[in-house]
Amino acid sequence: MKDTDIKRLLYTNLLCIFSIVLSIFIPTIFLDNFSILETHLTWLCICSAFVTAVNLVLYLVVKPNVSSRRSSLSHKVTRALKCCIYFLLSCFFLHIIFVLYGAPLIELVLETFLFAVILSTFTTVPCLCLLGPNLKAWLRVFSRNGVTSIWENSLQITTISSFIGAWLGAFPIPLDWERPWQVWPISCTLGATFGYVAGLVSSPLWIYWNRKQLTYKSS
Amino acid sequence: MRLGSGAFAACCVAIEVVGVAIFIRGFFPAPVRSSARPEHGVETPAPEPVAGASSNWTKLPSPLFSKVVIVLIDALRDDFVFGSKGVKYMPYTTYLVEKGASHSFVAEAKPPTVTMPRIKALMTGSIPGFVDVIRNLNSPVLLEDNVIRQAKAAGKRMIFYGDETWLKLFPKHFVEYDGTTSFFVSDYIEVDNNVTRHLDKVLKRGDWDVLILHYLGLDHIGHISGPNSPLIGHKLSEMDSILMKIHTSLLSKERETLLPSLLVLCGDHGMSETGSHGASSTEEVSTPLILISSAFERKPGDIRHPKHVQQTDLAATLAIGLGLPIPKDSVGSLLFPVIEGKPMREQLRFLHLNTLQLSKLLQENVPSYEKDPGFEQFKMAERLHGNWVKLHLEENHSDVLLGLGTKVLRQYLGALKTLSLSLSTQVAHYDIYSMAVGTVVVLEVLTLFLLSTPHVLCRKDELDVPLLSPVSSLLFYLLFLVLSAVHVLVCTSSESSCYLCSLPWLAAGGVMVLVAALLCAILSALIRMVVDSTLLKKSASHPSSGWSEVDLLLLLGTVGHVLSLGASSFVEEEHQTWYFLVNTLCLALSQETCRSYFLGDDCEPQHRFHVEQECVDILACTRKDSTSYSTPEPDRKGKGVSLSETKGSSKWWAVLASPWLVLICCRLLRSLNQTGVQGAHRPDFSHWLTSSDHKAQLSGLAALSLVVIFMLVQKGCSLVSKAALALGLLGVFCYRAATGIVLFPWQPDNKSISKGIIEARFVYVFVLGILFTGTKGLLKAQVIATDFKTRTIGLWEIHSGLVLLAALLLRPHNLPVLAFSLLIQTIMTEFIWKHLRHDAAKITVMHYWFGQAFFYFQGNSNNIATIDISAGFVGLDTYMEIPATFLTVFGTYVGPVLWASHLVHFLSSETNNGSALSRACFCYALIGSVPVAAYIVLVTSLRYHLFIWSVFSPKLLYEGMHLLITAALCAVFTATNQTRHTRA
Ligand SMILES: [Zn+2]
Ligand SMILES: [Zn+2]
Repeated sequence: MKDTDIKRLLYTNLLCIFSIVLSIFIPTIFLDNFSILETHLTWLCICSAFVTAVNLVLYLVVKPNVSSRRSSLSHKVTRALKCCIYFLLSCFFLHIIFVLYGAPLIELVLETFLFAVILSTFTTVPCLCLLGPNLKAWLRVFSRNGVTSIWENSLQITTISSFIGAWLGAFPIPLDWERPWQVWPISCTLGATFGYVAGLVSSPLWIYWNRKQLTYKSS
Repeated sequence: MRLGSGAFAACCVAIEVVGVAIFIRGFFPAPVRSSARPEHGVETPAPEPVAGASSNWTKLPSPLFSKVVIVLIDALRDDFVFGSKGVKYMPYTTYLVEKGASHSFVAEAKPPTVTMPRIKALMTGSIPGFVDVIRNLNSPVLLEDNVIRQAKAAGKRMIFYGDETWLKLFPKHFVEYDGTTSFFVSDYIEVDNNVTRHLDKVLKRGDWDVLILHYLGLDHIGHISGPNSPLIGHKLSEMDSILMKIHTSLLSKERETLLPSLLVLCGDHGMSETGSHGASSTEEVSTPLILISSAFERKPGDIRHPKHVQQTDLAATLAIGLGLPIPKDSVGSLLFPVIEGKPMREQLRFLHLNTLQLSKLLQENVPSYEKDPGFEQFKMAERLHGNWVKLHLEENHSDVLLGLGTKVLRQYLGALKTLSLSLSTQVAHYDIYSMAVGTVVVLEVLTLFLLSTPHVLCRKDELDVPLLSPVSSLLFYLLFLVLSAVHVLVCTSSESSCYLCSLPWLAAGGVMVLVAALLCAILSALIRMVVDSTLLKKSASHPSSGWSEVDLLLLLGTVGHVLSLGASSFVEEEHQTWYFLVNTLCLALSQETCRSYFLGDDCEPQHRFHVEQECVDILACTRKDSTSYSTPEPDRKGKGVSLSETKGSSKWWAVLASPWLVLICCRLLRSLNQTGVQGAHRPDFSHWLTSSDHKAQLSGLAALSLVVIFMLVQKGCSLVSKAALALGLLGVFCYRAATGIVLFPWQPDNKSISKGIIEARFVYVFVLGILFTGTKGLLKAQVIATDFKTRTIGLWEIHSGLVLLAALLLRPHNLPVLAFSLLIQTIMTEFIWKHLRHDAAKITVMHYWFGQAFFYFQGNSNNIATIDISAGFVGLDTYMEIPATFLTVFGTYVGPVLWASHLVHFLSSETNNGSALSRACFCYALIGSVPVAAYIVLVTSLRYHLFIWSVFSPKLLYEGMHLLITAALCAVFTATNQTRHTRA
């Protein structure tokens, strides 16, 4: 592992953060009275689109795991299709989990679903980009001592921190402060976003500081 | 002395209960009271103030009204009379309010808005302390000075019909009475007819001075179906016609007497949007107060916005109206419009009497009363009043007199207002010394717990308690002396009364002994810990295996929950915290199952050793338990074993699916009962079930739940218990059918509703029978030392006896909660705990969490109003304090108790070794006492918080009760464990 790898990781992560920042400011130019809190759903859609796009572009440009296997066009297409299906499945899966956590079943379905979408954008999309639709690899990355590169390590950190952020985001909901951001699911989406950003920032730093101890099995 | 960790924990929790009791006694302030006891005979009334010569008016003023009728309608909210409902359903009252000779007010009730404290407030004019809520059930005789007592002393003849709480508060005060019980909340017709049937006779007779009618029907309707029910309208119309009847009769009688009569219509408290009461929302504290008398002037214009007054003002007004001395503890001010029509001299005299009484009360309760603005105003007014009287006696009828009179009047009214306000705020007065001693005891116990935790969890389950070592006994005597000196110093120096000082010396000394002994124990534990840690460092540095996600979650969740108690919203919505934690726990367990199954990353080659000996599973467990704490590795291996074992079988999918099943169950339960403050008004499934249109569905669901309960419970029972259980559950359904809540499919609708006493007692017989069989099994296992199966069956039978009792006490719509609780217990046991091989500590914490979640699933909250009192009257035809309290407490804490009993059974069936149970007891005690200790500190620092009465105080009572139950459960744990120890 070289320092250049860590630097590359840092730059890609900064780009991801930049895409979130853009998703806050660019729409204000085109849309009247756009704000994160009032037109929250719009922002969710835009943010998720931006983050997905940036992740895809970065994946294509940086190519963190160089697969030297055959890649025919049909293989690529099925792979992309599979990714889409996985993404949708993860959205539905997260939606179900939110309902199990107490989100209303019938009302606010769109809000809950968009929360699921943004959370899977922060978690599933990077996984799909990096690991592809390969559940075995996912399980490997998210088990103890299973990571094989700094990219996977960073992925692990950002995903977990996004989930923790969303989890912590639910805490202010019962408080009686009557703030606009306490409405379901705004605090959770914001929590997830903060968690994602925190993960993006901290993972290169963490890897840098622990670079002596980290020894990846050569894959 | 060596003490098992279970027994140690039980002792500690018991001591903690004492500490919490002392704290609670100090925390709930004693209300403002006059020191002059009413027994000291009739005092001479204060004379009219006069400057110079003495007044010729020293007696009490004569009564303003010949007869007073008080119509108290329970839970009458202000908008039922003054709002659109009043216009629609109470036309006569509306007419009186708008055009008749009446004065109407909105009287504000102080929380707790529960009937008995409100009656006390109405009749004594004082603000009862919060502790009265707890005494609401066993209404002791009212000892404070009150209007009823004064009226009796003055020889008034009083008649009472209605809620029998009055008869308990005022025994032998009424010449004629008929009490109705308020415990059968489902009845709202009989309770009121029971009052009204006497009315014609009494009104005709007229040989009485005071008539009090307390109608309960409206309150019962509120409890059954809320304030928007169509039944409310009918009830209001009924009340309106009763009021009309009384009013016309009074008017016709009035012609015979010289004095007019007074009719009072009031409510004791309001009704929240869900139909309950007890808290401090606007709907609950606003009650109408209408005074009707021909003495008042008719007012032409309609008054749609009545003035806001305090409920306590009625006592002073009634006393003046009846010509009685004002109750000594009254903090209310006379309702001025009542005396407005009187001559100036009388008006001033009344105001003087009231202000004098209030200022006396202030003098007795506030050390620096002279600086109080109200007191200064009073002194000023009294002086002016003297001058006015002097002028008046000099036959000076000029404008000067009138001008001065109005000035005095205004001064008096101002003084009254200020005095009343400063007395009302006086109630918040804490007994800091008792609180501090209680806190010290609780914190000492907690420290002791925390210090012995590493020892118990990592080494062995027995603790050395140094009792007679010379150093510690010397230290103990020293500490005891110091503490006693401090106690004497505090008690002699403080002028305010505190509870500990009022205790007899022996009891106070006992508390000091406790504090000193605990300090010594802490010191010895500290020393032991230091020794332990040095030993540990010397012996071996076995690598501490990292924390698993579940461990981390259990620890952080417990800490987070404790911290969340500092925010009032989190206290109100505590159910959300527990649901959230339990959900996360299930997800973490799901992750653990997935990882163990798919990756098996915890498997070690050594595990074959265990697999080969699968027949001696119990042995393996014993080994696991004796070693897992000092060396965690074998435990981990065990985990791998079970899953690789199951991998081949078809059970693996059940293991993977079970956390999700539990999650789904929790989600369903969550939508059954909406609780808390924000969610309480939301429609939920239980409201849908309890509405009268869905009786059939409710019956079906209740029957289904009972069947499920039977299926789940019977598997571990002996044959006799099985039969008893089946009959008992059938009896539960019969009981609910007899009380008219559920339907028998083959039964006609028009069957009369009974209290179901026989059916309920039938079930009690089976409950006792099953419990007896279970205990017998336990004892047998101890004496004969047969196989350990007898023991397991015995424990399961005790568990199933408790389940049967819970099924009887829970309302039918809550039976699914019980069924789901058993279902989750079964799923978790079969597929999670047995396979993942968690250690005893973790399993205990999980049981505790589920118990807490089920406390809220059942519809409980941290609000007094959600306690289901009806559980205390199942199978009893009269109110009996001890059984009723026991049943209510059990009915409320069904969740924690059942999960704890399941824990005992599970741990004893899994391992044949006492240490697991002993550790579990320790963990249970620890996890139960941490929130209480933290909460006591929090509540002390938040004692001037705005929500201290409405949110934090009820929670403190709940916490205290929960600790008491934890102590009882720990005692049972230890007792169960003891039987094994003696055997082994
Ligand atoms: Zn009431
Ligand atoms: Zn009530």
